Amino acid sequence: MALESKTPKGPLKDKWTNHKNDINLVNPANKRHIDVIVIGTGLAGGSAAASLAEMGYKVKAFCFQDSPRRAHSIAAQGGINAAKNYQNDGDSVHRLFYDTIKGGDYRSRESNVHRLAEVSASIIDQCVAQGVPFAREYGGMLDNRSFGGVLVSRTFYAKGQTGQQLLLGAYSAMSRQIGQGHIKMYNRHEMLDLVLVDGKARGIIARNLITGEIERHSAHAVVIASGGYGNVFFLSTNAMGSNVTAAWKAHRKGAYMANPCFTQIHPTCIPRSGDHQSKLTLMSESLRNDGRIWVPKNLDDVKAIREGTKKATALSEEERDYYLERRYPSFGNLVPRDVASRAAKERCDAGYGVNKTGEAVYLDFSAAIQRYGKEKAVVMHIENPSESEVIRLGEGVIESKYGNLFQMYEKITDHNPYKMPMMIYPAVHYTMGGLWVDYNLMTTIPGCYAAGEANFSDHGANRLGASALMQGLADGYFVLPYTIGDSLAKEIMTGHIDENGPEFIKAEAEVKDRLARLCNINGTKTVDHFHKELGKLMWDHVGMARNSEGLNKAISEIKALREKFWKEVKVPGTPDSFNQELEKAGRVADLLELGELMAKDALTREESCGGHFREEHQTPEGEALRDDENFTFVSAWEWTGDASEAKLNKEELTFEAVELKQRSYK
Amino acid sequence: MANENLNLTLKVWRQNGPNNPGRMETYQVKDISPDSSFLEMMDVLNNNLIETGKDPVAFDHDCREGICGSCSMFINGEAHGPDRGVTTCQLHMRKFKSGDTIHIEPWRAKAFPVIKDLVVDRSSFDRIIQAGGFISVNTSGNTVDANAIPINKEDADKAFDAATCIGCGACVASCKNASAMLFVSAKVSQLALLPQGRVEAEDRVLNMVHQMDEEGFGNCTNTGACEVECPKGISLENIARMNREYASALVKKG
Repeated sequence: MALESKTPKGPLKDKWTNHKNDINLVNPANKRHIDVIVIGTGLAGGSAAASLAEMGYKVKAFCFQDSPRRAHSIAAQGGINAAKNYQNDGDSVHRLFYDTIKGGDYRSRESNVHRLAEVSASIIDQCVAQGVPFAREYGGMLDNRSFGGVLVSRTFYAKGQTGQQLLLGAYSAMSRQIGQGHIKMYNRHEMLDLVLVDGKARGIIARNLITGEIERHSAHAVVIASGGYGNVFFLSTNAMGSNVTAAWKAHRKGAYMANPCFTQIHPTCIPRSGDHQSKLTLMSESLRNDGRIWVPKNLDDVKAIREGTKKATALSEEERDYYLERRYPSFGNLVPRDVASRAAKERCDAGYGVNKTGEAVYLDFSAAIQRYGKEKAVVMHIENPSESEVIRLGEGVIESKYGNLFQMYEKITDHNPYKMPMMIYPAVHYTMGGLWVDYNLMTTIPGCYAAGEANFSDHGANRLGASALMQGLADGYFVLPYTIGDSLAKEIMTGHIDENGPEFIKAEAEVKDRLARLCNINGTKTVDHFHKELGKLMWDHVGMARNSEGLNKAISEIKALREKFWKEVKVPGTPDSFNQELEKAGRVADLLELGELMAKDALTREESCGGHFREEHQTPEGEALRDDENFTFVSAWEWTGDASEAKLNKEELTFEAVELKQRSYK
Repeated sequence: MANENLNLTLKVWRQNGPNNPGRMETYQVKDISPDSSFLEMMDVLNNNLIETGKDPVAFDHDCREGICGSCSMFINGEAHGPDRGVTTCQLHMRKFKSGDTIHIEPWRAKAFPVIKDLVVDRSSFDRIIQAGGFISVNTSGNTVDANAIPINKEDADKAFDAATCIGCGACVASCKNASAMLFVSAKVSQLALLPQGRVEAEDRVLNMVHQMDEEGFGNCTNTGACEVECPKGISLENIARMNREYASALVKKG
């Protein structure tokens, strides 16, 4: 099938406005007769469900958690970008657009990114109107901070809990619609298949996770907003339940999977402490506003620190290597995530890692504490403050900015980050890849849409900090509610979709069969065992640095692991009851198919771009080397019936408004 | 920092469904790293149970970084266990000693019926929010500019502090009356403190309190256990504010 992005004609800056004017509308009386299913209640799904219901559509929303408020958007820390230019530092829609395209290493679709930048300001207005308590200055105006890869302050935040506050805003908007009967909410339900009727998405098969009952739900359109698939690495900053299942079911029914190998490894996470570990915890990128990243210059100091005979604080400035400031003087500690992660790996691979595993670097706040302490002393008219007074005041400022993050760090590691530098290391955080969508956010299945992290649309090969929240809410509040009208306008005469049709009955039987198979294998190894094995393969070969030998190995070993899983996994209990192991098993089975595709995608892309670093393609200085001549396209993989035989389709990317350049943050 | 691994006796509440009788079961877990989290210790227990052909313990958990509010264990008689300011997922095993016996139970409240083992149904919280925990503004690109209404920093910070509630239900589980006043008052306060929330403040507090009573939560008798056990440090001040809001709304609206 030829991929049509359906990008509207006309100049870039007019495309969205013109498109909105041309979109088919559905009359308010007809909206009442149109059903829309939304999978997932994070920022994208929650905001889409609320907005669609406000417009008058009948919405059914599904989440596997016990409440829509718990979707993993809740854990986003640092902030949300918007081109408001409140700081008068030269920000604009164009600059946000340009930063995002460049940050994504020129592998995203220009028109979608421009639209994202255009609607960004409305998101902030909408959230404030909902009562989202963003950080403010003493004059009552909104405060901003800076994130990686940009030279302006455009990030709005609510301490280190921005995702929580934005999600609770979307959740409250949803709750209002649930209370009014416009959204029917299905908590503790998991989508286990997409149902197509005459080639169109017409509903889903879902499992009630409390009773185990299999349910059929029909609709005129299905929106997949089920988040990303970082859990394919087992250890990631994703929630334990985050999964690819809904997106993968759509993929198996004909939705193309785009750029699956584009994974974001976040530079500042708490390092792993041992084999017991079930997940990794992020320390927000916002910390790089004030924290300086370093390792010792001398290997003797590294050794002494690892042995516990020397403390980080004992090293003088001259004995420290602030390697980001050294390598990238203009962006310093605020280089984009992919660059910061690789630089940390480079130092650790060279033997400079500062913890026992050799996989940690310092994130140091002592300079910021000094600076803020002195500023505060001036404000408070304290003349000649003592050293301890400066530190006390400075720590107070840091606490007001990042208190919850520092507390989280201390609870996990048992170290006080106000006194000793934090130890951090990169970890899997976000997936830029996802379901391929056109300009209307529709997948290659008519009537099936994808929003938020679940689609591939806006971040190219690397996402900038504080842009995930922006994209999730842009898709859900301001893009999808308009663009979905284009296909729904054709459904006004369709009438209710029958859940008892043969397609639904067949899909339900297949779902039941698969669940029964999982429960009947009765092998010897737990689901977690396979998940950890998969994670290790992915991290070792499809992680921060990739090469053809490792990728080929990953492809064959993941395939073998998948076969083993279907012979040897042990899933206790039955499908017709509350069964958390069965939930996990179904998700891991899908990740075992996805993992192979990610490796295949990474192998096919013979260039380095953004988070995708092929060791064969780098500059003499070790920077990523893109190949624009041969790889300026989106890889869109088509399911062929066999997980190892996905077929590659390409969407060529054309750039009108920006010139493709080798990224430089030096 | 303790480095020695722990051997523990666990007494865990097992219950097959809301209408089945429950019981405490005793299990042993060995060689637990003090750096592991409480839920990672539970993972070890469950892997042992699965490998020996037994039914693993059901418990809610998701983000494992203290923000989603899923995890909900009553550990040695305290919601989220002995540490302060943390959820169960952020409680680390270094807070325990080898040889300890740990009692693990679900939240216990009429309005939170047990689904299985340590998993309870907290949808009553959702229904309270649905009754009024929102500002009635539709999505539109035409709301006023976010900086059009300056908000006093102190009010904004207080609203934020109230808004950090994660809806875990520890307040209810800790209260001898199973009262949900801390949870409800946190949302009422957040919105009452902001100018955009004032418009509906009266209806909001009346409707949310009404729904709270309908769900079968108990009354507040000012013992303050909720504040002590709240992993996010939500202040009792919010309950006082809600009572004021409620009283004045009642006078005005009857």
